[in-house]
Amino acid sequence: MFQATPVNHRNLSRQKLFRFLFGSMTALLILPVIIVLSTLIYKGAPVISFEFLFANPTNGMTAGGIFPALLGTILLVLGALIASVPLGVAAAIYLSEYAPNNWFTRAINIAIINLAGVPSIVHALFGLGAFVIFFRFGTSILAASLTLAIMTLPIVIVATRESLQAVPMAFREACWNMGATRWQTIRRIVLPNAVTGILTGVILEVSRTAGETAPIMFTGAVFFLPFLPQGVFDQTMALSLHLYVVSTQVPEMPEAVPYGVALVLIGLVLIMNSVSIALRMYLRGKKKW
Amino acid sequence: MNEKHSQPRRAVDFDRLNRAWYIDKAVQLLVFIGGISAVIFIIGIFVFITKEGLGFVIGDFSFSEFFFSQNWRPTSEKQTTYGILALIAGTASVTGLAMLIAIPFSLGTAIYIAEFATGKTREYLKITVELLAAIPSVVWGFIGLTMMNPLIIDLFDVPVGLSVLNAGIILGLMAAPIMTSIAEDALKAVPDRYREAAEALGATRWQVIFKVVLPAAKNGLLGAVLLGVGRGFGETMAVLMATGHSINIPGSIFDSVRALTATIAAELGETAVGSQHYQALFTIGISLFVITFIINLIADLIIRDVSKG
Repeated sequence: MFQATPVNHRNLSRQKLFRFLFGSMTALLILPVIIVLSTLIYKGAPVISFEFLFANPTNGMTAGGIFPALLGTILLVLGALIASVPLGVAAAIYLSEYAPNNWFTRAINIAIINLAGVPSIVHALFGLGAFVIFFRFGTSILAASLTLAIMTLPIVIVATRESLQAVPMAFREACWNMGATRWQTIRRIVLPNAVTGILTGVILEVSRTAGETAPIMFTGAVFFLPFLPQGVFDQTMALSLHLYVVSTQVPEMPEAVPYGVALVLIGLVLIMNSVSIALRMYLRGKKKW
Repeated sequence: MNEKHSQPRRAVDFDRLNRAWYIDKAVQLLVFIGGISAVIFIIGIFVFITKEGLGFVIGDFSFSEFFFSQNWRPTSEKQTTYGILALIAGTASVTGLAMLIAIPFSLGTAIYIAEFATGKTREYLKITVELLAAIPSVVWGFIGLTMMNPLIIDLFDVPVGLSVLNAGIILGLMAAPIMTSIAEDALKAVPDRYREAAEALGATRWQVIFKVVLPAAKNGLLGAVLLGVGRGFGETMAVLMATGHSINIPGSIFDSVRALTATIAAELGETAVGSQHYQALFTIGISLFVITFIINLIADLIIRDVSKG
């Protein structure tokens, strides 16, 4: 018959204490953000309407809509994706399928970690020095997209590499034994099995790109533009920069407008992330091996 | 059947084989270019920001004035001075306060998720943390500006709510989810057999955590903290909007300060390309790049070390 000693009791109560302590730390980390987001929705939701999303700003941006900023963000994200997804997938295929385990591969990995870790304002300086000035793209959608692409490249690389490595080695070996070359194996066996995983990474990149502000400030995004961009060498407005502008730079801004912009931006980002997470969970449930 | 196999291979078969072989080599070259692109970009970043900032460093640059003078007066009419000490103090105070908040909370949350929470709760908590990490920095800055600012003024009865305290809390909330994710990975990397062995000896859950799991995951947790520091250090928009952006060596947490990153963001748009001010801002950029590079490198070495052993 088990008889609880005082030591057992002490251990049990201490365990409960720690559980409570760490549990409340978790709650304290999450709850304030939930409250903040609820306030954002409460104050921002009344502003959001069809007109707000699809009309031009008027009256020095204090009235009207945010369409040019919304369109600008979509263009910047598309540009960044076109540049970074092929490059990122290629890099991930190299690292997962070809790279030998040596110092050079380690150097690539360190470079990837640092691309993700370098402050966004340094990426902005790079974009200005390289794309705007050196390559003479001017402050344009092209320069801003390329800056964003380099900044978010690590997200695509890491997600793709992980999903490539999740494909079992036996699949590749079976294919090689049939006489297929490496590329045939990758093309027919590895990539089709990894494509959903790659997609989660791409969606994450969309979300990250849409929210970035600093890298586009000096490379292509402007505070206000009276017309929509006509080509890749035009400047554009962007949602994230628009939020900064309407909340700090415009005097006598009605309080609700910045809340509306913030809500649209954060809604866009969180929906993208949720889709990515849902896709990942679906994938985990579907996997047969 | 036998007949077919005994037939000699036709030339066209060899051609097909050759074509596959050449395609394979071409693709290998292509993906290799993709692979080295990351290295090229990181070198490119360093080269281009150095190129733009170099004129300032090799001009009448005084190392001690740049790093140890607190007078950042790039637009002064009498004498322009470029001293970033106050900006360093601003960045350090905000990042320091943020880490004071983020380190205990993110480690506590990571321990709760990895060791206490089970099943659905654990899944939901992990998803929530991931979503919190996705909130853009400009939104955090907006929150600091519009919600924290009046709250701090009301609570502490101070004239301005845009201060070290405001930016520190915002930055802490921002960095915590990322640190939590990395710390939780580190805890999960501790093999279950360690826990089982300890439990078989009669250890309770908290004994397992404190005596077995935390020591084993020590390096990974340290790496998480370092990455959090790097993140806070390089943060731009939130710090620009929540610090108050006035040049100051802070005496208390209610003082307004200005960060290195925010200075670049606020002033670069107004400078002429190639001017001394412009080059000075790029020189700040070089310092930021070098410091974050070192922090990330150390964090990577520490985390890699733990995954090896």
